[in-house]
Amino acid sequence: MNKEKQLFAGLILMALGLGTAHADYTLNLMKGVTKVSNDIYDLHMLILWICVFIGIVVFGAMFYSIFHHRKSKGHVAAQFHENTTVEIIWTIIPTLILVAMAIPATKTLLELSDVEKSDMTIQVTGRQWYWDYKYLDNDIHFESHLDEASERVHRTVGADPRSVPNYLLNVDKPLVIPVHKKVRFVLTSTDVIHSWWVPDLGWKKDANPGFINEAWTLVEKPGTYRGQCTELCGRDHGFMPIVVIAMEQADYDAWVARTIEQQKQKPDLSDQSRQQLMAHGESVYLKNCVGCHQIDGAGVPGLIPALTGSAIATGKWESLDGFLRAGTSKMPKFEKLNGKEFAELMTYVRNNLGNKVGDELQPKQTALPDDDE
Amino acid sequence: MSAAEDAHDHHDDHHHDHGPEKGLLRWIITTNHKDIGTLYLLFALTMFFVGGAMAMVIRAELFEPGLQFVDPAFFNSMTTMHALVMVFGAVMPAFVGLANWQIPLMIGATDMALPRMNNMSFWMLVAGVLLLASTLFMEGGAPNGGWTLYPPLVLQPITVGKALPFAIFSVHLLGISSIMGAINIIATIFNMRAPAMKLMDMPLFVWTWLITAFLLIAVMPVFAGAVTMLLTDKFFHTSFFNAAGGGDPVLYEHIFWFFGHPEVYIMILPTFGVASTIIPVFARKPLFGYASMVWATASIAFLSFIVWAHHMFTVGMPIAGELYFMYATMIIAVPTGVKVFNWTATMWKGAMTFETPMLFSIAFVVLFTLGGFTGLMMSIAPSDFQYHDTYFIVAHFHYTLVPASVFILMAAGYFWLPKWTGNMYNEKIGQLHFWLSVISVNILFFPQHFLGLAGMPRRIPDYAVQFADWNMISSVGGFIFGASQLLFLYIVIDTIRGGTGEKVSDEVWEDASKHSLEWTLPTPLPYHTWTTPPASVPTEHVLDSH
Amino acid sequence: MTDSISKKNLKLARSLLLVAVAMFGFGYALVPIYDVLCEWKWIERDRPDDIKKVSESAYKVDVNREITVEFLTVLNESTPMDFHAEVKQIKVHPGEYHTVNFYAENKTNKEMKSRAIASFSPALISKYFEKIECFCFSEQTFKARETKKMPMRFVINPEIPEQYKTITLSYTFFDNTERSVNN
Repeated sequence: MNKEKQLFAGLILMALGLGTAHADYTLNLMKGVTKVSNDIYDLHMLILWICVFIGIVVFGAMFYSIFHHRKSKGHVAAQFHENTTVEIIWTIIPTLILVAMAIPATKTLLELSDVEKSDMTIQVTGRQWYWDYKYLDNDIHFESHLDEASERVHRTVGADPRSVPNYLLNVDKPLVIPVHKKVRFVLTSTDVIHSWWVPDLGWKKDANPGFINEAWTLVEKPGTYRGQCTELCGRDHGFMPIVVIAMEQADYDAWVARTIEQQKQKPDLSDQSRQQLMAHGESVYLKNCVGCHQIDGAGVPGLIPALTGSAIATGKWESLDGFLRAGTSKMPKFEKLNGKEFAELMTYVRNNLGNKVGDELQPKQTALPDDDE
Repeated sequence: MSAAEDAHDHHDDHHHDHGPEKGLLRWIITTNHKDIGTLYLLFALTMFFVGGAMAMVIRAELFEPGLQFVDPAFFNSMTTMHALVMVFGAVMPAFVGLANWQIPLMIGATDMALPRMNNMSFWMLVAGVLLLASTLFMEGGAPNGGWTLYPPLVLQPITVGKALPFAIFSVHLLGISSIMGAINIIATIFNMRAPAMKLMDMPLFVWTWLITAFLLIAVMPVFAGAVTMLLTDKFFHTSFFNAAGGGDPVLYEHIFWFFGHPEVYIMILPTFGVASTIIPVFARKPLFGYASMVWATASIAFLSFIVWAHHMFTVGMPIAGELYFMYATMIIAVPTGVKVFNWTATMWKGAMTFETPMLFSIAFVVLFTLGGFTGLMMSIAPSDFQYHDTYFIVAHFHYTLVPASVFILMAAGYFWLPKWTGNMYNEKIGQLHFWLSVISVNILFFPQHFLGLAGMPRRIPDYAVQFADWNMISSVGGFIFGASQLLFLYIVIDTIRGGTGEKVSDEVWEDASKHSLEWTLPTPLPYHTWTTPPASVPTEHVLDSH
Repeated sequence: MTDSISKKNLKLARSLLLVAVAMFGFGYALVPIYDVLCEWKWIERDRPDDIKKVSESAYKVDVNREITVEFLTVLNESTPMDFHAEVKQIKVHPGEYHTVNFYAENKTNKEMKSRAIASFSPALISKYFEKIECFCFSEQTFKARETKKMPMRFVINPEIPEQYKTITLSYTFFDNTERSVNN
């Protein structure tokens, strides 16, 4: 029964957090960077050690017995089959342990559920397959997609994930929060159930369509913290990471000012070269279309139509434009894209992904009047 | 239902006392509990390999980070189908098969109470599983929203193709099959027991199955109801789970787990029963704490109805609900602990030998307990905010299913096959199978604890590179484990066809007849047994009053 | 098997079958049970139907307290509308009546039926938030390209516990045209 002993060694090793294979990688739960995540870590360690202790007692007795009470060693079986005292003891002791565990657990749970007295609120919206963040206090609003490098690699057989820094854990626009401030999150979704998890913050919370959930965090240490969606939300569930950057207040304020300034900027509707259109178009495609229509535009048989050779994609650009803006029962409307992005995306879709319409569309053609406002 | 036919039918039973029909027809129309048990077990073994093949696809894709073999949607189909096939096609039918073989033998009954219905529930199971498997070949692929089938995902046109109604109809068939099987088992235990056997004389395997059967009748219809609501939401514009119509997707989660938590106990309670049957035989000692085992089983079953929402601590429940479900869940540790202590006390001061069934049973006690420990850890709601939907959970439930339920099913195979067939299995190959399985199952699942704690979510086809090492180790463990099970297949076939050729005694295992009735019957078992009920039953495992 | 045992078996099987059928019904009964448990704030936060219409009553305005009410406007996928509140947030005294206008536009050239679902944070607040008038009470019908101004009149019950300083109220519009019961 050496195997079980090895397991034990493994468990204890895990408890001590030894044997780290990578610098940024532990065998054990992360302590995280909030008081709550540290409390949870303590709860985790407490219950782990209780389990290790019970395990040593029970398996110790069992292996002693396996070793000594063997027929091959001439041991004769006793015939007892009950002992009320012992049975009462091993019912009561675990009950007491559980009561002792319940007390700190309750405390932490109560703390986690107290969202009052927050300094700011961020609305987190889960979407297939990215996160959408809205700062309720200052109108900052942006989408956070998987970064393009990861996007390309994870869709290509044989591509090397190790060539991408923070593969699958990096986004184009991270969520930025100040340290030492209680940040309240309201979470919702506009399609299916998602779940927002950053291990360093100590919790995850489901984002349910039509309803809002609430949670909060108070990060003590500036840094970049990464997480992922943890509720199966369709084919690209594995590809909607979360990156939170916690900054000192001054840096945060600067970021806010900068971001608001950027949001006010109008899209640049000046003409672009074909190469530029195609390159920018690919970026727009990778953010907005690739999840369903796939990297080669082939779609998914039986579920999602191909763009390659599609009559809509390669027909008149005006009707494609109208189609994208209107959406269908399966496809969201892409009103959120501006005229510049429409030109880039349509040029890309019509001249790549196996299509060769041969035209190129300039932002001025596709811009709506209010793009210039 | 066939129940009405059975009334006219039972006269026929006396006529085929001469033996089974010849040829293939025997297996199609059989009403003999041993034949049906065999059908169930062989079907379950086949599905174990089908579900296992899907697991191999999953582990192959996860062998390295990056896109290897399968597209993410197919990967999701694999995790979904692996779970459904293993739960409804392998583990549950395997225990029904064991029940068919063993319950009549252990309680001194000639057959199951409702033999016609017994046959029907088996064939309905086959139809259900085939229907489910057929979705793999449909446009848009097999269901890929997870075995929990959460809306709105499973109702989404871009997620599921044509498979949903077929999968749901298949769940209905499987549900009806399980319910009929459960009714049969309850009727058999209540009405067909040898007059000499009182309820508290019953072997624990019979007790645990009796309780499991009640769980099945209570929760399978609820699951059928939940998926029916999915179906009407999708096709008939009802709004049970659609917020737009005043419904709530979280309601589905509640209904599902009201079924789902008892469901996981449906897979583990008979496991407890088999372990409680095997361990005393090889410890050559009566089972310790028979009465407390019965009560612990009943309390676990009862608790399973009131803890469901611990599967959804992160869904956004008010604090009152979170606290209640945390406390209620923690309590389960007490009766479960009692069971583990009882098994340990049964071994204590015994005269143990370590044949393959005993090895698997000991591994079950140890590894199930590890799964229990992680279960206890997850009952702590704040900690579960970290563990939930990560590989830590995957490790937890696989520890409570693979080296627990599956190991015990194999232990049961080694334990009873010699009795059923009259042939002995090859002990050397059996032990080799055990050691390969127990080592590889830990290489497979233990690293998943580390992955989960380090932050790897479940149900993802690709992962960040820092998770690469343990995933590779886990996959290697998976491949060894998968390949090792071919040995089991070989042993089963070999034993049926003659085994080692040595003559097996009626008792098979030393003094086994002291523990349970089936060992007092001749080996190999005749086609019909207990046509006269036994006059007395073994009582050494029960209270001193006997 | 003797006849008497067969009869017993059938009888038992029938009663167990009845139990199974009853449990199928129980699955459906869980739907209203869930609503009750939600009303108790036990397993779920607020349900759309929890937010009932109330008539105006004369509360004493608690001028010493001020509560910030934030409005979130969300569109579910493939709901081709524009939807926003005239203010992002307002500060109110408990007991004081307020009307906030919401604007929604049907961006399609077809008639659309939409339903707005309300949800609160903090979760337990909904019983103190009384609505006298709201577009969320029923499904809204929008003519092609129609923009609607939809007033929402509410009061916060002065009994609201001290600790609540900020309330977030979210409305999510769902396009219900295809599944509407009012078709």
